Amino acid sequence: MESFVHVVILSMLVTTAIAIVRVKDLFAVTMLAGIYGLLSASFFVLMDAHDVAFTEAAVGAGISTLLILTTLSMTGRFEKASVKPQADYRPLLALALVTVTGALLIYGTQDMPGFGTADAPVQTHVVPRYLNDSATEIGIPNVVASILASYRGYDTFGEVVVIFTAGIGVLAMMMSKASSTPVVQTSLMSDHVVLRIVSKMLIPLIMLFALYVQFHGEYGPGGGFQAGVIFASAFILYAMLFGLTEARKVVNNTLVQLLSALGVLLYGSVGVVAMINGGSFLDYDFLSADPVAGQMLGILLVELGVGITVASVMIIIFFTFTARSQKAGESD
Amino acid sequence: MEFLGLFNYWVVIVLMMIGFYIVICSNNLIKKLIGLTIFQTSVFIMYISMGKIIGGTAPVLAEGITLYSNPLTHVLILTAIVVGIATTALGLAIVVRIHEGYGTVEEDEIHAKDKQA
Repeated sequence: MESFVHVVILSMLVTTAIAIVRVKDLFAVTMLAGIYGLLSASFFVLMDAHDVAFTEAAVGAGISTLLILTTLSMTGRFEKASVKPQADYRPLLALALVTVTGALLIYGTQDMPGFGTADAPVQTHVVPRYLNDSATEIGIPNVVASILASYRGYDTFGEVVVIFTAGIGVLAMMMSKASSTPVVQTSLMSDHVVLRIVSKMLIPLIMLFALYVQFHGEYGPGGGFQAGVIFASAFILYAMLFGLTEARKVVNNTLVQLLSALGVLLYGSVGVVAMINGGSFLDYDFLSADPVAGQMLGILLVELGVGITVASVMIIIFFTFTARSQKAGESD
Repeated sequence: MEFLGLFNYWVVIVLMMIGFYIVICSNNLIKKLIGLTIFQTSVFIMYISMGKIIGGTAPVLAEGITLYSNPLTHVLILTAIVVGIATTALGLAIVVRIHEGYGTVEEDEIHAKDKQA
């Protein structure tokens, strides 16, 4: 039964991807991309990767769809047919290239270990150590969280800095005109009674769920990345319904920008405190007299830093895009 | 599930090539970015498939369970997804600026305008 579901989901993924190639209406393409994200999230659940599925569902099906839609509202809905007739050879050439590359890659898979085998090289190097020792060294049941925040803390620090940088990049490119004059709301969703009431009930629950995912991440699927995205989606929902001006009253620009930096700073400071206490950077053993308690404290703080940065960067990105599209709508 | 063998990896390659085809062939910059997302997700699927062990369970330690799927690939992909959306957002921001500068997001029209200038 499980392998049946497995094959069906993978086939649906391929079908959706082919549909994305064929469809010219970019609105439909965006929706298909959302479906693609949700399907891959379901596939990740099937592969025991609950943490990943969480993130993909929130990001692939939620936020990325929203961002593309906001961009479409500025750039137009339909993909134009190519104007130059001599460009017709391109699809054939590309198809040939893609087929050859694909064939070579499939030839390459012959050397890969079969799916799901326990003695594959990927399972035998560092992973047994994580699975066997993390219970005594870190003391939390979710191995994904202990690797993410402790064993590979350097990596995660890098990722958080990348996300922060991307947020700054979006701000640098899109802020210039957007912040100069107050944005006048043109159309609001708040006339829709059902939408307004239902989401007012939903928003607190979404936030509560995000906090649960954040602080329960050590014991079950969850953690800073997922919680950040879910937390941001509550604000995004609010902004979509009641307009950007209203949402800015709750979280103003300066506050989210400060918070996005604060998360990175919190992460870095935990590392520095460990250094001051005599350990190396991000070695949580030194945060407390008892190494396991130190690890728990370190992971809690680090995940909090990740959550704050991810949530604020997502809010910044969405608000900046929306402000820009409203400016574009006015000048038309 | 023995018969699945390398099926996952073949699907991954098909998806990857579809994404690659969109990136090369599509004239529209937004569609190119969506193609890039498909390409990226196919890599995620590959990593997660590699980490799965048949009969294993999610890597949250519990009593009475001895076989867990690989947590390391999960960590790598989990962070990659969030970094992926951040970079996609940056790409979309560039597309918006291109649209403001050129009035179009179609690649050939942008090239034509560049030649005129």
